[in-house]
Amino acid sequence: MIQLANVTKNYGSKAALKGISLTVKRGEVLGLLGPNGAGKSTTMRLIAGYMPPTSGTIKVAEYDVVKQPIAAKRVIGYLPENPPLYKDMTVKDFISYSAELKGLKGKKKSLRVDKVMEEVGVGVVKNRLISHISRGYRQRVGLAQALVGQPEVLILDEPTVGLDPQQIIEIRQLIKNLAGKSTIILSSHILPEVSSLCHRVAIINKGRLIAEDTPENLSEALKGKREIILKIKGPEKDILSALQNVSGVQSVSANPIDTDISEFRVIFEKGRDVREDLFFAMASRGFAILEMIPSKMSLEEIFLELTTEEDSIPVSFKEGDKNGNYI
Amino acid sequence: MAIIYSIFKKELKSYIQSPLAYAVVSVIMALAGYFFCVSLFTSRIAEMTSLFMNLAVILIFAVPILTMKLVAGEEQDGTIEFLLTSPITIPQLVLGKYLASLALFIAITILTFIFPGILLSISTPDKGVIITSYLGFLLLLAAYIAIGIMCSSFTSSQIVASISGFGILLLFWIVGWMSGNISGALGQFAKALSISEHYGDFLRGVIDTTHIIYFLSITIVSLLIAMLGVAKRAWS
Repeated sequence: MIQLANVTKNYGSKAALKGISLTVKRGEVLGLLGPNGAGKSTTMRLIAGYMPPTSGTIKVAEYDVVKQPIAAKRVIGYLPENPPLYKDMTVKDFISYSAELKGLKGKKKSLRVDKVMEEVGVGVVKNRLISHISRGYRQRVGLAQALVGQPEVLILDEPTVGLDPQQIIEIRQLIKNLAGKSTIILSSHILPEVSSLCHRVAIINKGRLIAEDTPENLSEALKGKREIILKIKGPEKDILSALQNVSGVQSVSANPIDTDISEFRVIFEKGRDVREDLFFAMASRGFAILEMIPSKMSLEEIFLELTTEEDSIPVSFKEGDKNGNYI
Repeated sequence: MAIIYSIFKKELKSYIQSPLAYAVVSVIMALAGYFFCVSLFTSRIAEMTSLFMNLAVILIFAVPILTMKLVAGEEQDGTIEFLLTSPITIPQLVLGKYLASLALFIAITILTFIFPGILLSISTPDKGVIITSYLGFLLLLAAYIAIGIMCSSFTSSQIVASISGFGILLLFWIVGWMSGNISGALGQFAKALSISEHYGDFLRGVIDTTHIIYFLSITIVSLLIAMLGVAKRAWS
């Protein structure tokens, strides 16, 4: 349904995307994960046809977004990162205008507009100016705009950002209901959101696709970290042999950092947690462990940047939006 | 066509709901009334030539103020992303916006019918000249607004759009003045380029296809450049 082949995008001399290939099947929900500035929004903008890629091809439902832009845009519903809204229009007028631009007319249009307003829950504010409604409602109006043309492909750039927990649950439910009917690409930096909504996850970092798999497989890969870095006080040789004797440890390398303190890199068998054993092994010999750090492997490093725990959502919610409006 | 009409309707509604449009219309009408009275009372001739000349100068200021938001405003609010990812073409977008602005200024033109109305009620002005003047005025508006939207399509700042539109219009207005001092081809060229030269003939009751083609050319070329400007920002 969506095909990206070796897509690159440069902004001036700065490369935002360095060759991304990606396929999304019909009815699939793909989550795009990545730290800020990784290229998530750029990827989505390219698919939505806002700008052309520097090289590579993008096909949406068999239409090339550069060569057949109108046909491609007709099957796409796009919610940009900042929902684009005309502040001097009422909610209903704006959704109706979006429907007209998508080619809907007359009775069909008004029925569809009413239906979509009900779906996203903006019925109560439909006659209010967009400048007067809260951030949460604006996000929903943006979503309504994307949904109004009954698109086969939905592109949602951070659909739940800035919403309160209740609204987040509602929007997720809405996306879940759409899954299967529409092909959806959504970006997020909340890992649980992605794992609960998406069939597949693509992780983008610094303009490259670094991983692409089901959420389960990715979490599995994350759990497979097998390295620990220790700082231990004591004679290096004795510690080294003691560490090697701990069961489950595969190899140890040492690196002196002070007269009697060394850094040890312990690699252990997959699926075992050797931290307790290491602690008691050192304690019984009287060597003090000063630091114990599970080594971050590159994928996890990126994930750490990405992953915002669900608990932290109410904090950002309290901050209100950039205009100081609380939801 | 349906898309152009939707954009036209939306933009016109946005004008009607904005205080800026009312402020500009009020200022245009107040100044027009002043120029009309002064010319009528000083010359005591039932004609509108000086009013039309002065209106053309007022519009050099007024048009860019009302056209500046057309594209630059969309960029400023981020709504350009919405428009450019909608299944519409850039010509549809530019034309819809252009026609909305033109409709607003045609409404202002209709408001000025009060002046020939007054003349007709108190005297017998030359109706032919008034009709050709209005024709010239409409062509002038069409060209002015096209230049205004062209300037709006190359920047994301409404102020820059407005000031550059004002500069270009003023330049087109005054470029004819130097033709009196420069002989030869350059002088002729300056004269051929000047809005005031072409507009002036309409106010004298002359309908010359050269002038009609001049204004239509400016309109069409400016609109094409405006379309390029929108396309450029999407493709850069």
